[in-house]
Amino acid sequence: MENKEKKDIFESIWDFLASVKLAIFVLIILALSSIIGTIVEQKAEPAQNLALLSKFFGDSAAPTVYNIFAKLGFMDMYGSWWFTSFLVIFSVNLIVCSIDRFPKTWRIIKTPQKPLSANAIKSMPVKKELTFKVGLNTVKDEFLNVLKSSRYHVSEATEEGSVRLYTQKGRYARLAVYVVHLSIILIFIGAIIGIRYGFKGYLNLPEGSSSNVLYESPTKSIPLGFTVKCNWYETEYYDGSDTPKEFHSELVVIEDGREVLKKIIEVNDPLTYKGITFFQSNYGIMPNAVGQFAIDITPAGGQEKRLWLKFGDIFEIPGTGIRGRIHDFSPALTRDRNTGRLTSYSENMVNPAVAIEFMPPDGNSFTGWILKRYPETSKIPGGHSVKLGDYWGVEYTGLQVSKDPGVWLIYLASVLMCISLYICFFMSSKKIWIEITGDRKAVSVAVGGSTNRNRLNFESEIDRIVAHVSEAIEGRSKK
Amino acid sequence: MNSSLFFDISAGAYIAAMITYVIYLVLRNHTAGLVASGITIFGFVSQTIALVIRWINSYDFWMSSHPMSGVVEALLRAAPLRNLYESLIFFVWSLILAHILVEFKYKNRSLGAFVTPIAAMALLFIDISGTTKEIQPLIPALQSNWLLFHVLLSFLGYAAFGVSFGAAAAYLIVVTESKKEIPYIIGSVIISIFIIVLIGMGIDFLSLSSAERAQLIQSHFLKSTLRSESGGVAALSWVLSLAFVFAVWQVGLRLKSVLGSLNLTHTMLDEIEYKSIAVGFPLFTIGGLIMGAIWANSAWGKYWTWDPKETWSLITWFVYALYLHARFVGGWRGKRVAILSIIGFVAVIFTYLGVNLVLSGLHAYGSG
Ligand code: HEM
Repeated sequence: MENKEKKDIFESIWDFLASVKLAIFVLIILALSSIIGTIVEQKAEPAQNLALLSKFFGDSAAPTVYNIFAKLGFMDMYGSWWFTSFLVIFSVNLIVCSIDRFPKTWRIIKTPQKPLSANAIKSMPVKKELTFKVGLNTVKDEFLNVLKSSRYHVSEATEEGSVRLYTQKGRYARLAVYVVHLSIILIFIGAIIGIRYGFKGYLNLPEGSSSNVLYESPTKSIPLGFTVKCNWYETEYYDGSDTPKEFHSELVVIEDGREVLKKIIEVNDPLTYKGITFFQSNYGIMPNAVGQFAIDITPAGGQEKRLWLKFGDIFEIPGTGIRGRIHDFSPALTRDRNTGRLTSYSENMVNPAVAIEFMPPDGNSFTGWILKRYPETSKIPGGHSVKLGDYWGVEYTGLQVSKDPGVWLIYLASVLMCISLYICFFMSSKKIWIEITGDRKAVSVAVGGSTNRNRLNFESEIDRIVAHVSEAIEGRSKK
Repeated sequence: MNSSLFFDISAGAYIAAMITYVIYLVLRNHTAGLVASGITIFGFVSQTIALVIRWINSYDFWMSSHPMSGVVEALLRAAPLRNLYESLIFFVWSLILAHILVEFKYKNRSLGAFVTPIAAMALLFIDISGTTKEIQPLIPALQSNWLLFHVLLSFLGYAAFGVSFGAAAAYLIVVTESKKEIPYIIGSVIISIFIIVLIGMGIDFLSLSSAERAQLIQSHFLKSTLRSESGGVAALSWVLSLAFVFAVWQVGLRLKSVLGSLNLTHTMLDEIEYKSIAVGFPLFTIGGLIMGAIWANSAWGKYWTWDPKETWSLITWFVYALYLHARFVGGWRGKRVAILSIIGFVAVIFTYLGVNLVLSGLHAYGSG
């Protein structure tokens, strides 16, 4: 800068935006304000936060505090104008700072390394001096050997009575921080693309029904551009417990009246079609729905056969004359511990069971509960088996539906960030200079080096190189 | 075979090691140092055996409910990182591993006196927080490889941050000249708070019935001391806590001469503090943030929802980013950055425990 006194406005704004002080300040602000958003329940019903606030500020002050907080945007903080502004400042800071520094780094990388004299080498951050009682060329060759085996490409400059060697490695590692920063910006861009051109919503699809829209809110629907149908939904439980093992739905994509894709989705394994992804998210029972029972019947020694039945339907176990009639259903059958009566302990189909009245030809009818999760309840006298396969048509599958055209950029940026962070922390840019002066009998050597990080490692690397050279020279003089 | 015997042996060993390291510091006795390292390695081996046994047991457990699974899938699903208990155990294991590596690299044992207490506190926390130790069936959202790698790498990162924290605490003691220095005050207050909370939880634990213990954090956290219904008990607890903070602040500096005589130089501590972050930061970025986001995206279609757990991970990340920039570009040195390392680890602990226990977010571990 020639004119130190008068920086113009543009320049001072630029310097401000490029400064690391600003970065530190913004990082602190972002960290502190994010904390607020984890304490105040975000996008919640006012009552929830009022209750929370009255714990801290008392019942009388809570509404006032609530209003102040709401004005400050704390109730939807991460979407508030000022939080967004800080994210923008953060990005601008990052970009300007990188642009500001990049040319200098690039110059460092691109400036060719020059040979240095012993005097200059002695002022290096890492240095070593030694002498040998052998000729100049011998020492030079040994250094070349050792450096080459450490994968340094060495250049040399020869003068009367001296040789200067110089080499560097990993100079492009200096670019890694820029890639780290770039990947942060790419992640922001990916997020913006997702918000701008994508959507997130949900869709509750009853078994057997289909939809060509999804919902962003109960009143706002978005067209899918095709039709998705749920064939069936099922919760699988761990044996003997009510811990869910997997949630499955069979989904079918229908376009122009034709089935184009069919998949059984589960948590962590969604269905994607035309950039829109359907995730298994929850499930539930539709009130007042009437479904159909899938009953699997196997007469003793015979073939299993599936029947679809409604309440009150009468069926026969083939070839036996035993007739049956479905007369009760429970989504979650249990025996009440106090009264001993059978009841349902959940609205959801945790433990579905049907009560079937069996009417053998001899007239001694009896009723049995058949539980889907307990196959042993399906055995009936005479060696026949009547299993409850499903009660279909009363559950819905809850799907998260999202389209995010920015996500590939985020993944790409993540990969970039992994690689560049690794390079940034574990690879360094190293330079080594050596001057060997002397004649055919005795030489003195100055070795020096500099690195942008991990100085201690670099020092031991130089030590190792020097030790190898000394060993090799000693080995030679013994021969 | 049951893993709990080996876990108990390792817990005992780490606590014995902590005591021996402190004895080593005080007596400066070479043999005590050797014994401390020996006990640590013994504990580590025992814990490794325990982890392997637990892995095998969970493998059988998984196979019994998923007989169609392939071996690789079953091994992944059974990896002992499935709930709060297992992840805490794994954290301790990684921390000790990191500590053993540092000890060998720097040929200096004294840091053990600062790292083993973190392990001992974590183990104590496991016991008094009432988290379940049973092998539990995995709910569907947790059946994901991304989640597994997410947890694995995050905890390796946390362990590195833990070592950095230990080094930063030792650093502060070594370089502080006077008790009135602000970084020293902040450091000693933070460390005292850790210990006070743990003691408070211990008292909760002892005063609860075994049925209530499972709910210790959710419903009884510090209710028998600092948050007691009875004003007198609460007031007394606060007075005692403040007295404790004061005592730690007073006594902490005495360690200075001890550390000085053990060749634990401030340059070495400063380097360990930074290098651990240099290892932890990429691990945490990749494992904690990126893989967490990928998992969320594959399970729910949202890679980022600003839920408290995610947000706290981000806060932690900001603190360590702050550390790196303050140190390398902002020109901060020594005590100021050591405080950032300490604050970073406080954020780690909050991300890891506070969110589930205090803020109880959406994440699955909250129920573990
Ligand atoms: C949370 C977001 C950020 C992350 C994860 C990040 C990451 C990094 C990393 C890993 C380094 C290398 C540190 C080292 O040498 O050990 C670095 C260096 C640096 N960062 Fe950032 N950074 C972030 C934000 C920023 C911002 C907002 C600025 C804006 C001024 C900035 C400016 C710099 C500068 C100037 C360097 C030094 C570059 C050099 O060595 O030439 N960073 N950053």
